Amino acid sequence: MDHPLNLTVDGQEHTLAVDPRTTLLDALRDRLGVMSPKKGCDHGQCGACTVLVDGRRLNSCLALALSHDAAAVTTSDGLATDGELSPLHRAFLEQDAFQCGYCTPGQVCSAAGMLQEAADDAPSVVTEDLEAPVDLTDEEIRERMSGNLCRCGAYVNIVAAVSQAAEESR
Amino acid sequence: MSDLLATSAIGTRQVRLDGPDKVRGRATYAYEHPVDDPLYLCPLLAMIARGRAATIDTSAAEAADGVVHVLTHENAPALQSTDDAELAILRSPEIGFRGQYLGAVIATTPEQARHAADLITVSYVQEDHDVELREDHPASRPPESGGGDVTVGDVDSALAEAAVSIDQRYSTPMEHNNPMEPHTTIARWDRGELTLWTSTQGVHPTRSTLAPILGLEPDQLRIVSPHVGGGFGSKGVPHADMMLAALAAKAVPGRPVKYAVTRQQMFSITGYRAPTLQHIRLGARADGTITAFAFDAVSMSSQTKEFPEEATKPARMMYAGDNRRLTQRVVPLDVPVPSWMRAPGEAPGMVGIEIAMDELAVASGIDPIELRVRNDPENDPDTGLPFNQRRLVDCLREGAERFGWDERSSQPRTRRDNGWLIGMGVASATYPAGRQPGSVARIRRTSDGYEVAIAAADLGTGTWTALTQVAADSLDVPIEQVELQIGDTDLPNATVAGGSTGLASWSAAVLAAAETFRREHGTDPASGAQSQGEAQANPAAEKFALHSFGAHFAEVRIHAATGEIRVNRMFGMFSAGRIVNPRTARSQFIGGMTMGLGMALHEKGELDPRFGHVVNHDLAEYHVPVNADVAEIEAAWLDEEDPQAGPLGARGIGEIGIVGAAAALANAAYNATGVRVRDLPLFGDAFLPR
Ligand code: FES
Ligand code: FES
Repeated sequence: MDHPLNLTVDGQEHTLAVDPRTTLLDALRDRLGVMSPKKGCDHGQCGACTVLVDGRRLNSCLALALSHDAAAVTTSDGLATDGELSPLHRAFLEQDAFQCGYCTPGQVCSAAGMLQEAADDAPSVVTEDLEAPVDLTDEEIRERMSGNLCRCGAYVNIVAAVSQAAEESR
Repeated sequence: MSDLLATSAIGTRQVRLDGPDKVRGRATYAYEHPVDDPLYLCPLLAMIARGRAATIDTSAAEAADGVVHVLTHENAPALQSTDDAELAILRSPEIGFRGQYLGAVIATTPEQARHAADLITVSYVQEDHDVELREDHPASRPPESGGGDVTVGDVDSALAEAAVSIDQRYSTPMEHNNPMEPHTTIARWDRGELTLWTSTQGVHPTRSTLAPILGLEPDQLRIVSPHVGGGFGSKGVPHADMMLAALAAKAVPGRPVKYAVTRQQMFSITGYRAPTLQHIRLGARADGTITAFAFDAVSMSSQTKEFPEEATKPARMMYAGDNRRLTQRVVPLDVPVPSWMRAPGEAPGMVGIEIAMDELAVASGIDPIELRVRNDPENDPDTGLPFNQRRLVDCLREGAERFGWDERSSQPRTRRDNGWLIGMGVASATYPAGRQPGSVARIRRTSDGYEVAIAAADLGTGTWTALTQVAADSLDVPIEQVELQIGDTDLPNATVAGGSTGLASWSAAVLAAAETFRREHGTDPASGAQSQGEAQANPAAEKFALHSFGAHFAEVRIHAATGEIRVNRMFGMFSAGRIVNPRTARSQFIGGMTMGLGMALHEKGELDPRFGHVVNHDLAEYHVPVNADVAEIEAAWLDEEDPQAGPLGARGIGEIGIVGAAAALANAAYNATGVRVRDLPLFGDAFLPR
């Protein structure tokens, strides 16, 4: 039996009813036609489905839609304001941080979430000093972006793009 | 030799034209085409590797909520042709490999389809299967297609007389393309006509394959694929998933049926690189000159359909040697159907060859770069033709300079840093420079520019951008005036994006169309003026051996206590003719090298001999490189143009980046540790202290 669900996606409110088995990713793609987050594995193994939920990055294929009732979801498309690309988007373009583009909206959301985590001084496994402010070195970026696979192998450019965006936002 | 096209847009670092849509997630991949009222497909897969589905009980599935149709061999629509056993699915209850399609459920929601597929019960009559590749397998035989064996001179005597020789066995494992976008199709039948919105490296080649099987005239089958989320060969030819979607949709005319192959299913359905066993013997004079080159390769194939992974292919033309013997065999087993994966033949073959060359360098006490220089042939050893532009030596020398090869110690285990052993390795790269005839481009003058239509594909290769640059220069207009259309069989014919032939082949059509357009309509044409042109075969292919070359350099560190292997840096120096877009080209080279890193260190499908399936069939267990695995990878190229490649002067670059990359890493690992690993991938246990 379907259950009611409220979601705000990229600023737009939606009311729908979904099967309890429906993942957040499938609710977005199959029910709402929001195709920016991609499905690469459906098992939380690739990061293509990464979205921001209430500001934090999340693999939407691993989340049941109904457990996110009333959540605010932001996709990479929603990071563009008034149709203008965000600085992160522009950095991805300039650094050619993608080829086929299929992992890219997930990379962008992951990067946005990660930049916030770093700004909040959340350490990663490669952070030496857990008390000091996080310095986003290439090594930190690589570590923090490793949940997002890119089979086209754009990693070196993804690191350059995230680094550029971090630089610009300082 | 043809006159080279004057360039203005070509050669500039144009940002991807499809980029703004892609970073936001607005580019339309196969699953994402808006269709009304779709149904969802979940397949039923064989759970044995060989035998028969004696009964398939679909009653519970048919009664389940939301189920519209259940498809099996008992009710599947007829096919016009069943010659291709990979594609002629659901003809009988026979099972040729584990994970083969036995049927499908079509339901109103994806959850309902999946649940109902679980309710189907199958009883099997199981037969003994064989999925184990061995060099001496009794079923081993020459492939039905391929280059054939080579025998020149007397390899055995030359080996016996050689001052230095190598006799070793190498192997490459089962590897899976794993594009991030799973193979996906939306199929809809309308009044006897079929539309497939799908993910393919070639809409027209796919149509030519599928239409006769489905009993359709070409104009009754439309295939749409404007954006492809990676392919690396696996979307180069249609696989059974497209057939399943097409057959399922036929049962529900007018309704679109959506099917995205799951990541797990991809391991048995959408092709893979077959494992290879390579026996290589090299004989040389004391100065390193090769006198004998013997390469006996065996690759795994499928009982269902043959596909030879021709590891011997690059051995035909790579190095000199008066006495040569190359043999290629396949062993058909009860396994899924192998297919193209980035540089089929060259990628695995250059693992064995380039590690063997490193071994020969060690055995003869010659620097590995110098050894390759000494064995660089004047003409193609296979055909005797001169090369178009064989600049392997330039790549090796220039690359060595930029990489800092002189920091390398020729003695293994001599560089240490804080518990890590550090080593450097080199390997050559090569790939044929092919160009296919038959693509057609149509150019039409619009009110504000030129529409250029050709059913090419962009799988991340940069076609949207690079082909626009080519069109702009062909018409001698700024790129803003060109509107490119690709990826739809309603557009003029285009050959496949495969074998690194895409851009060269389509550009030949665009160039021909532009020339005709200007001849017919001049430089100030009226709106609506239109011409088309067709790509011809490259006449230079008869007079020259057309290839690209490159050199890979790698530095790795291996922990002396744990065997952990990390890549410090990789550098690739390539010779690929004119580079159309340096920004996207660099990405393509680096992407190939990154996949080469995966080939060297991570990737291996573990086929379970008991059950015949790939055990690690997902992205958690089948490891591909992640961001933290890749520290520094850089690519550069010789500034050149290849007049034998045609007016564009460019050769393809999609594949050469992976060829040789894994061997460079394996050679670097040897230089670090003194441990020679001949079987990919290099796992840490090989380097544990014994
Ligand atoms: S689709 Fe969610 S992690 Fe892969
Ligand atoms: S851009 Fe293709 S997978 Fe990342």
